[in-house]
Amino acid sequence: MNALLTPIAALGATVLAMLAAVGRVALFAFETVTHLFRPPFYGREFATALVQIGWLSLPVVGLTALFTGGALALQIYSGGARFNAEEVVPSIVAIGMVRELGPVLGGLMVAARVTSSIAAEIGTMKVTEQIDALVTLSTNPMKYLTLPRVLAATLAVPVLVAVGDAIGIFGGYIIGVTRLGFNEAAYLKNTVDFLEMWDVTSGLLKGAAFGFIVATMGCYYGMNSGRGAQGVGRATKTAVVAASVMILAANYLLTELFFTS
Amino acid sequence: MITLTDVHKAFGAKHVLQGVDLTIDKGTSMVIIGGSGTGKSVMLKSVLGLVTPDSGTITVDGNDVQRGDRDAFLARFGMLFQGGALFDSLPVWQNVSFRLLRGALKRPKEEAREIAIEKLRRVGLKPETADLFPSELSGGMQKRVGLARAIAAEPEIIFFDEPTTGLDPIMAGVINELIREIVTEMGATAMTITHDMSSVRAIADNIAMLHDGVIKWTGPVSKLDNSGDPYLDQFIHGRAEGPIEAVR
Repeated sequence: MNALLTPIAALGATVLAMLAAVGRVALFAFETVTHLFRPPFYGREFATALVQIGWLSLPVVGLTALFTGGALALQIYSGGARFNAEEVVPSIVAIGMVRELGPVLGGLMVAARVTSSIAAEIGTMKVTEQIDALVTLSTNPMKYLTLPRVLAATLAVPVLVAVGDAIGIFGGYIIGVTRLGFNEAAYLKNTVDFLEMWDVTSGLLKGAAFGFIVATMGCYYGMNSGRGAQGVGRATKTAVVAASVMILAANYLLTELFFTS
Repeated sequence: MITLTDVHKAFGAKHVLQGVDLTIDKGTSMVIIGGSGTGKSVMLKSVLGLVTPDSGTITVDGNDVQRGDRDAFLARFGMLFQGGALFDSLPVWQNVSFRLLRGALKRPKEEAREIAIEKLRRVGLKPETADLFPSELSGGMQKRVGLARAIAAEPEIIFFDEPTTGLDPIMAGVINELIREIVTEMGATAMTITHDMSSVRAIADNIAMLHDGVIKWTGPVSKLDNSGDPYLDQFIHGRAEGPIEAVR
């Protein structure tokens, strides 16, 4: 009987631990949001976070979008040739970039760059007692460290997604015109004609959700980092993995919400 | 006056504090000694509210530390952390005047900088240090900046966590002297955690020894060498033999 129950008990314990972790993250996120409505606010920390998360992520998001747009144009042209539909390249590149690839790849690249950086920075602050020092200096770490980063990421990632969308479409245009023989004006006309406002808006909303996830996970795992270099390393790794998985899960849920009703 | 009454704290199966009773009179300097891992830092952090005790009460001037306005409570404290705990992203002067640049004690930036430079001078650092970043400082300089930060807002109570750990004997002596001078000059209540017996003799008015989660001995520094307590004797003479197990 015990041999039968042991794996079931282990599975139950794992599920309970996962649910408890989800609950802790949810409470952490909720507490962060409540600080949005309770002063004091740290404007300088917010501005610094905006530069770190938004401005300095532009190159990596831009390059990712450029190459993805180009590869997407080649794939759609090659796949579309099987049923004589090569002309859909501009519209599919545009819709694919703004609805899906722009926000998801942008979110994942920001997760790699920003979540890791936030988790490592806050984790190091924790193990070197800088978080305790903040408290003794009458400064709430959630207000000083977490809220500025989460707010900055929630606002900056949609902008990054918008820029990434434009660069991705441009990447498709370059390949379409130079490698696949599309007429320049026709490519641009097809892109504009088939793109709807909701395609763009839904991508930006996804970007905001992904930005919130990216910074929240970095802050949460940083604040709960274990001791020493190993603890900070583990916190950083877990934060990036959790943020990436959550971005992909949230992407599916938001796509269901936005496009299946 | 700081009073701890029957304070207990456990982390999982490890019972760190098992009924600590201690009183620190206003304006006196209390040094807590004890082996590594005996809960000295946990006790200090419990007073600050950074760690919540499982049971028992801690009061400062009769007020329970877990209740009331936290900001007003913490504004009375200054703390020097073991590793300095300076904020890497801020220059030295902003570390020192951190409390004066935000919150209830906020001052104009120029005034906060002037106060920071004056406090740096007080701990023996030149004004040029103000614009350096913590990573550009030596260990001893970081401790001094931490000390300047602890006293920047003229606190009534100052805590020092291992103030001389990692410093050479000369720098340790300098820090000890500074702490003694500052505490006397400000009339502050001080609580220091240390293993360093030269620090104990330089800083303490009173001493408490923490072992096995309780205060084993407490008394004035003048009775340190003839306390008759076997635990204290073993600790201050650094003997491997005695009631305190060397392997813990």
